[in-house]
This record gives sequence, structure tokens and C-alpha cells, in this order.
Amino acid sequence: MKIGGYLCTGCGIGDRLDTKSLESVAVREGRIGFCKTHDFLCSQAGVDMIKADMAAEGDDKVTKAVIMACSRRAKTESFNFGAVPTARVNLREGVIWIRPEGSEHDETTQEMAADYIRMGCAEVKAMQQADASGEQGKNNHIMVVGGGITGMTAALEASKAGYYASIIEKSDRLGGVMGQLKQRQPEHSPFQNPQDTGVAALIAAVEADDKITVYLNSTIAKTAGAPGRFEVDIASTVGAGTHAEFGAIVQATGFTPYDANNLPEFSYGKSPNVVTQLELEALARAAGDGPIKRADGKVVENVVFVQCAGQRSTKEGHLSYCSGHCCATSIKQAMYFKDSNPDIETTVLFDDIRTPGVGGENFYRSAQDKFVTFRKGKVSTVDVKGNELQVNFKDLILDEDAQMGADLVVLATGMLPNSGTDIDTMKDKDANGEVKVSVESILNLNYRQGPDMPQLVNGFTDSHFICFPYETRRTGIYSAGPVRRPMDAAQAQTDAMGAVMKAIQAIENSAIGRAAHPRSGDLSFPSFRKEGCTQCKRCTVECPFGAIDEDEKGYPKYNEARCRRCGTCMGACPVQVISFKNYSIETVGAQLKAVDVPDEFQEKPRILVLACENDAYPALDMAAMKRNESSAFIRVIPVRCLGSTNTIWIKDALGSGYDGVVMMGCKKGADYQCHFVKGSEMAHVRMAKIGDTLSTMNLEADRVAVHEVAITDIDRAPKLLDEMVEVINRVGLSPFKF
Amino acid sequence: MTTAVNQAMVEKYKGNFLKEVTDNVEEGNWVKMCMQCGVCSGSCPLGPHWDHPPQELFMMIRANKREEVLSSTSMWMCTSCYNCVARCPRGLPITHIMHGLAHYGKRMGMKPKNQPTEKFGQMFWDNLIKKGRVNELKLGLGLYFKDGFAEGVKVSMGKQKLGMNMMKAKRMSPMEILGGHGVSDLSGFHAMLKKAEELEAARVGANTDAK
Repeated sequence: MKIGGYLCTGCGIGDRLDTKSLESVAVREGRIGFCKTHDFLCSQAGVDMIKADMAAEGDDKVTKAVIMACSRRAKTESFNFGAVPTARVNLREGVIWIRPEGSEHDETTQEMAADYIRMGCAEVKAMQQADASGEQGKNNHIMVVGGGITGMTAALEASKAGYYASIIEKSDRLGGVMGQLKQRQPEHSPFQNPQDTGVAALIAAVEADDKITVYLNSTIAKTAGAPGRFEVDIASTVGAGTHAEFGAIVQATGFTPYDANNLPEFSYGKSPNVVTQLELEALARAAGDGPIKRADGKVVENVVFVQCAGQRSTKEGHLSYCSGHCCATSIKQAMYFKDSNPDIETTVLFDDIRTPGVGGENFYRSAQDKFVTFRKGKVSTVDVKGNELQVNFKDLILDEDAQMGADLVVLATGMLPNSGTDIDTMKDKDANGEVKVSVESILNLNYRQGPDMPQLVNGFTDSHFICFPYETRRTGIYSAGPVRRPMDAAQAQTDAMGAVMKAIQAIENSAIGRAAHPRSGDLSFPSFRKEGCTQCKRCTVECPFGAIDEDEKGYPKYNEARCRRCGTCMGACPVQVISFKNYSIETVGAQLKAVDVPDEFQEKPRILVLACENDAYPALDMAAMKRNESSAFIRVIPVRCLGSTNTIWIKDALGSGYDGVVMMGCKKGADYQCHFVKGSEMAHVRMAKIGDTLSTMNLEADRVAVHEVAITDIDRAPKLLDEMVEVINRVGLSPFKF
Repeated sequence: MTTAVNQAMVEKYKGNFLKEVTDNVEEGNWVKMCMQCGVCSGSCPLGPHWDHPPQELFMMIRANKREEVLSSTSMWMCTSCYNCVARCPRGLPITHIMHGLAHYGKRMGMKPKNQPTEKFGQMFWDNLIKKGRVNELKLGLGLYFKDGFAEGVKVSMGKQKLGMNMMKAKRMSPMEILGGHGVSDLSGFHAMLKKAEELEAARVGANTDAK
């Protein structure tokens, strides 16, 4: 049982720093077993030296290591020692690359390096080896909610990958919306003509697959558990319910078409000849190979498509967003007419034609080539004139009001996600304490935070569209298709594949107790000291992923497999009883206490920087790569997420003589960039209240700053540190130095 | 003023001007492919002086504004700089379409009145076909006097120095006023033009036949 220190003298560390004195700092002040130096520690020889120490027998066996070399973001492969608790002391990016050369700087630069070594030694002592809890086994069965093309594709992909799938479908047939269409947009080059929907083939494949079970006329009465051990009660409208266990869930519940009755200005409901796109599909299917007829039997000779009907609009009751598929759908439907008879007048009145995806543009061109007329115009009203319709619109190119007659008007209305209850509005109770929920829950999760997945915007269950597509805020439950964001069939099928791959990842990782993402492979998980817990429930409320329930006695109940290991609960806990084995109040607290705070007469301030390890810390690293000079008085501690920052650290730091604290987290709010969704936001909320602490300590409020820093803020991040140095210069050193 | 062929075209296409343009205007089959991005209008160096930049003309064609398009001065303003052609993301030969529209409007008897480009074009053509070679002296003088005798004298006096210099440098011969030089086989050249006119009449005639 020994802590081994390994000091690298490569990359200029040995030239710039007095490594002999650093070795003695590590051994004497850091109180670790030994400190070896190597002039190229990340080389095979260097790594082998460390591994040999770790493999040694008896008292010589190194069980914890302190690597004093480069940033923890560099050489991660070389310095990966599995579960062995390892602290990385950042002497390269953290010290020598941000400090200017010259004898006048040598003293403070050396002090900086010595402090970081003390911090690393203190951290590793507080760390313990992380082990999986063994909370659940492996369950190879994926529940797919929804039997449309997204759900069927997901089930088939799961089966192809060797996993089992069950499709839960509310209606009495598979196929979803796609099953109601005549044809779909082309999927293959040259992308010129509509093609068969392929739904029949998908249904046949699903039914022929013995790894797939289909539950028709079924809904989910209850979902309990966690990834790897979901317990689901399936209710049936025709027979008895079933209980089943699943490893992961894909929610492919699709969309509901926007209710066109909200569009009286387009005479929807007043005339049977104003139809939605989905209703036109029915007319087209009824027509078969013959000409498309209106409800009154008249063959359509002049059809007008109104794009963006009730969407991309700021009007009350309209959808604010673009549903993504409707332009290409109108193009496809115009072709239904043109391909049967080129003399039929087909006009698409559009604001912007948007045909996303491979082949979208070719499809648009093909329609133009077939003499589908595209006019850029905004439709104001549709008037009924006897048997005919008159479309009134503003021509946006010619900037004039115009009209055109039509036999049939097709409204391109948008899609509404079937995402179940909005758990955020559930929290808003009315005056009588009643919760109004008009929509039925889909998953009926028995999670403390609500029965369905949290919604990002406009009811869609997306999580982080840049960093983690397919991810939701419920680990092991993935949304795919138009329930995640508006999309067309091709995108929905790709989405289904992605979601299933994620589901498999969740199954495999939860089986061995590892985090699937974003801290892939992390074996640590939060636990709490029951004696200290005051049952304040703050951890259960603040967890962005609903990972924590409450047990019968009101104590938090952790579900390791649902956890993303961000530590937001640890930051939230007012009595500091929550910790991870290798990341805790102590690991950070010990680091900040290990810093040598000089007395006030030396005029060397100390500034604590708590930086998010995902964005702010790499931004500082990259600034160092550019040799961006920084103050010698900063001491940076990376945190898993700014949300894991407990106010005790700030109080401890200020109480032990630090002159300022800078916290750097990710962008918060609706367009957040936080890997853990709410972590950064929670940290900002908590720190907004730190002012009281400061005033009771009689300290200036300026001494604590919280910033949003993106990984791209390479120039800005060091400037924020300079700002704090200026603040300290202005307000003076802390009176708490001893 | 409209011509018989114009009447025939109106009759034949019955308000489907896009189809008429597609069938009859040089490169007119490209018009339907415009996606209304407006890059042509933004790229045209003379754009601000056009009543209707190309993007608008294409939309007017789709809106069946036949009269307005064909009698417009806009396409006559095109200087063939090819900026729009180089930039059009859809690859439309816009310059050629502009010339095609101008030509078609003229053929339909709907050319704009007193449009200098149109006047000069006609003058150039008349000058050229006489001898098969352009008589620059006559063409230049014709251009000076296009707005009447008094204006012509004024412009000519203003250009006096330029003319003298060109004569001194042997870039212009005053003897050209007597008739000037031409192609060696003038009758053959005229025969070629006649044949071309016949072919064109046949093509347009074919298109104007009742359906």
C-alpha cells in the first residue's frame, strides 16, 4: 500500500522548474511514499516503470499514483491505469506554458508548481478506488414504444445486432402515420420520383422476426427501475395486461398532426376541398392509379399547396417551428398530380422551400422540371366561391397582393410530438393545489421527477442536439423520430438506428456498472452517509436526470444505472454527505486546503479557479498551448461539472485566506451547453446566494465570480482570470490570511 | 402594336406563359428551374436600373404576366457581363435567357418604345447585313444622329477630337462613308441570311399551329 509520485521532466518541465525541490515537496509535504523522476514519462519506458510499481508485491505495491506531468486532458491513453486512483498534476499546461521565462518570475512559478503537487498528493489521498455496485445484471431486451416506421426500424436494428425487442403499439396495427401514405420521398439516387413507403415490407419483416414481440392495442401502465432492470406493466385494451423486464427503452411515439381546425382563415372545415397533407394522402390512395378526385367526385385540375400553414408563425395557437418534412411532402404530392396528368395545374405557395437531407434538392428540382409551379408567397386567406376556392396571397418577390383559383387547396400543417405529459408544467399547481394534466402519460415512469421524459422546447424530448443526439435526460431511455424533433421519414429511420445503438450501449454499460455517457466507462457512483442526511430532498430535486428517488423513509435512493456521474447532487447537498469514491467534497476540499497561502506581507494573492473539466478546463489548456500568459497566483481545480460545486468549498477557500474564487461552467438556459443539462444552471443559482456568506464574512462580493465559458473561449477564459487579479489588486488582499 | 404571330401565341398557350417561354424563348426551358434565391439580381451591376431584375422576371413569368414581361425594358438592359450566370446556384444561363426574352418580345411586336439598346441593336443589324461587315463610321454616325439632326451635330462636334485622332492613327477611314468594304461573296451571304430567316419562320410557325 503505497502512493507513488512520478515527476516528468520532459517537455521543458525539467528546464523551467527546480525538480529536486519539487520531489522533496511531494515526499515531505505531500507525504507520499516516494517520488521518481523520468525525463519522458509518457514513453513506453516511463509508463512501464509506473506499471511495474503497481504490479509489485507486498508493501512496495503502488495503489495510488500522482502523475506530475501534463494536463489530465493530455496523454490519457498512456496514463490510464484502470481503476487505480490517479491524480494528474498539471505542470506543463498549468504552469510552465502560462508563465514567462526569466529569473524575476522563477520564484512564483516554482511556488505554483509546488502548490499543484501538494494539491495532487492531497487529492489522491482522499480518493478511493471506484467499483461498480453490481446493482443489476444484463437484460438484452429493448422496449420500443410505438409501432410506426421509427419503432419498427428500431426493433429490426436491435434484432440485427443480436438483441431482443418488444414493440408496444397503442393502435390495432403497425405502420403509424407512414402507413397512411400513398408513397414516400425517394431514398435513392436520382431522387426524382416518389417511391413506395416500404411499410408493408417493414411489417412483414417485424412479424417474421422471432426476436421481436409486438403488443398491439397496448399502452404502458407503469415503468419502474433503471437501465438494465426496467420493470414494465403493459396494459391492453383487448386482453389482460402483461409484466415484462427490459434493459433499455426507445420511445418512438411519433407525432400528432396539427389540428387544422385552428386555421379558419384557410376555410378548413368550411369547404371539404381544403384538406391537410395527410387527408390528401387518403384521397390519393382512394384514387389508386386513376385521377385524384375531390370529395364531391370532381377530378382535380388545379391544386394549390399552402406551405407553413399554421407553423413558423408567431400567431397565437400556431406552431413557431418548422416541421421539416412538409416542403418535400408537398413536392411529392404535387407529383401525384403531375405524374398522372401533366396538364393539372399544381402550384406550391412557399415562404422558404426547405428540403433537408440527401436528395432533397434533387427532388425539388425534379418537381420544377415537371412544371410544378413554385411561387414565393404568403397566403392570407382562402375564400370559398361556390364549388371553387380562391387563394389570396402576397407575392413576396413581386411584392403585391395576388389571387389564384383552385379546385383543391392542400394545407401543409405541422407536427406535434407525442411526448406525453410535460413534467415541468405538472409542477405548476393551480390555486386549489390541483395539477392539470390534459395529456396522458406515455411511459408512466414511477420516477420521483415525473412520469415522462423532460421536454426541451416545444414539447420535443431532445436533450443535447449538438453533443448528444438521441440522448434524453433519462438514462437508458432514448427518443427517436418526430417525438425528438420534427423530421421526415428518412431522418426518423436513421434516428431509430442511432437510438437503438445508444440503447445497446446503455444495456452493456449498466450490466457492468459503468456510465454510458458522457463520462463513458466511469465506475464511480454517488453514495451518501445516512446518519448525516437531513432528508431535505434537494439532491432528488436537483438531479437533472431523475436518477434519485426516495425510499419509504424519505432518504434518497440512488439508481446507479440512471446516474450520469455529474455530481450535481454532491454540489446540492447542504450537509455534504454525498460523495463518489474518487470524487468527493474531500478530494476537492483537500486540494484547496493543500495550497500554501502566503501571509499578507508577501503580497502574493491566491485565486481559486473551479473549472468545468469538459469545457472551461480544456479552454484554459488550449490557451496554454498558445502560451497565453496567466497570473502565477491562480490555482485551478477541475470539477466534473460546475453543478458539483458545493458552497462549502467556496466558504473553506475564503476562510483559509484565498483572495478570490472564479468558477467557470458551461452555457446555461434554453440553449445550454452543459453536458449535464442543468449542472451549470444549478451552480449559478447556488452561487447567486453566496453573497450572504460573503457579507457575513465581511468580504467584498467581487471576490467570487461565476462565468459561462465555452470550450472555444480560448482567448476569453484567461482574460476572466486576469479580471479577478485586477479585482484583488483593487479591493486588496483577504483579511483571512494566517 | 401586336403581330399576328403574337395573337396566335396568346391563343395557343391560353395563359400558360411559363410554357410559352419554355417552348419559344432561347434557353427558356431553364426558367422553371429558378429557385428564387435572388443571387442574379444581387449580382447584376446594372440591377438597380432595371425595372424588374431577372429573379422578378422569372417570377412574373410564373405569374403569367405576359404583357408586362414582354414589353419590359428590363432584359434590354443586360450588358452580357455574365456575373449572374457565373453565380447562379442552379446554373441557369440567365444572360442568354435575358437576350432570348428581349428577342421574343421584339418578335411578338411588344418591344419597348425608345429603348436605346433595342434601337442600337436594330441599327447594328441593318448596318451589318448590307455588306456582311460592320461599317463603323456609318454605325457611329447613325448612333450620334439617332435622336435627331440638331442633337447629332452637337454630339458629333463633341467627338471631333476622338474622330481626328482615330483617322490619324488609321483606325478609321473617312472613305467608308461612300459604301465601305464588304465580304467577298455578298450574294452568298444574303442567301445564307434568307435561309436562316426561312428556318426561323418555320420553327415559330410550327409552334404557332393550333393544337
